[in-house]
Amino acid sequence: MNDFEDEWEIPPGHSSLGRLERVLRRKEFAITAELSPPDSANPEDVYERAAVFDGWVDAINATDGSGANCHMSSVAICALLTRMSYNPVMQISCRDHNRIAIQGNVLGAAAMGVSNILCLTGDGVQAGDQPGAKPVFDLGCMSLLQTIRTMRDDQKFLSGRKITTPPRVFLGAAINPFAPPYDFRPRRLAQKIDAGAQFVQSQYCFDLDILDQYMEQVRDLGLHEKCFILIGVGPLASARTARWIRTNVPGIHIPDSIIDRLEAAKDQKKEGKKICIEMMQAVREMEGVPAFM
Amino acid sequence: MAKIIIYQPSGTSFVYRVRSKYSIRLWSVRNSRFLEKLYITFADMLLALHPLWLKIGYHRVETPMVAFEKAVKSFLFDCRMCGQCTLSSTGMSCPMNCPKGLRNGPCGGVRANGHCEIEENMPCVWVQAWQGSRNMETGDSILAIQTPVDHSLQGTSSWLRATSQRALIKSGKIDE
Repeated sequence: MNDFEDEWEIPPGHSSLGRLERVLRRKEFAITAELSPPDSANPEDVYERAAVFDGWVDAINATDGSGANCHMSSVAICALLTRMSYNPVMQISCRDHNRIAIQGNVLGAAAMGVSNILCLTGDGVQAGDQPGAKPVFDLGCMSLLQTIRTMRDDQKFLSGRKITTPPRVFLGAAINPFAPPYDFRPRRLAQKIDAGAQFVQSQYCFDLDILDQYMEQVRDLGLHEKCFILIGVGPLASARTARWIRTNVPGIHIPDSIIDRLEAAKDQKKEGKKICIEMMQAVREMEGVPAFM
Repeated sequence: MAKIIIYQPSGTSFVYRVRSKYSIRLWSVRNSRFLEKLYITFADMLLALHPLWLKIGYHRVETPMVAFEKAVKSFLFDCRMCGQCTLSSTGMSCPMNCPKGLRNGPCGGVRANGHCEIEENMPCVWVQAWQGSRNMETGDSILAIQTPVDHSLQGTSSWLRATSQRALIKSGKIDE
């Protein structure tokens, strides 16, 4: 034991010091929110955005170049958030870093007090503002999960070299029940759990029928007992934005019925909010779903 | 001032594609059961010839074997010669054709019609892999988690390495 571990003791059965893991393991309903990263070098911009969630959420997600657009890096945002005692979820996308950079970042982030890491493959570079960039994709989300789990549990890099103080992190992954092949998706969740995922966050949900079918398969496989499932929800501003998101943002499925409902509404923004609230209520009733983001 | 438009070729991708059509690749997936049998027979044949490879020297067989392997697999699977073939676990659909190089299942960006998020006209290699694996006897090996790609093996013969590995396992020198 070194001084670092003496000072901060991890509760039994936990793998991190973070609030998110404690809340989930207490079987309480957890809420996380995504912070939209600033296009500036001013830390105040991060604090301002985080202040909106003050007291309302259990963790704040710091995106890593989401949609392949360039913003402040997720490691830096997390480092700033931990200074203010927020509990960030650091997202790592395999698009921009190779295995050397990623493992270094994990150690650095853990040293700065980051206790949750979300492992993502990342959108292709074509989706963002710099389509000419070289896509890295050295690891995939699955091997990324395995790599960080090895670093934490076996105290080793991917190469086998020893780590003196391992990163104490709660590991997460993403799921998208709304993209084909639908019958493979629950098995894929099982793979992610095998690879080390302790919680998963889903893509935005706008189709409860597909989610219901997915969760049924998940419960049949007993996966909801092996990891915490957070379902993504978000409001749509108008039918036009919904259409734009559907065609331009990879992986988001919005059924026609939602768009028709928005179009028919007098105040589209209000209707979007109403749909979002209905989703939240439905998700909360679902068996095996302890949280949403 | 009028907007100047510079000519841009359509359907460009950072992944170099030899073919613009995917019909042969899709045929291979549809016939994954047959190709699986063929592959097993062929692998056994290579293993039976292990003493011969030893006599000639594996390093001397490498170059002609790479040429042969590349010709066959490029034709059937649009193989990219990663040097660590996993076709038998991925429903005879080469995962290296995924623009994200994913070795463990489809990403969340697959379009509703089962096509790739990045290359609109290409069927997702992992949707194909899942379909192909359902026809195969050892199809459930698609659920095993693959280790990260060793990029230093790019361009080498995975058939030869698999053969020497199987020979060592058979003689009990290494574990499976």
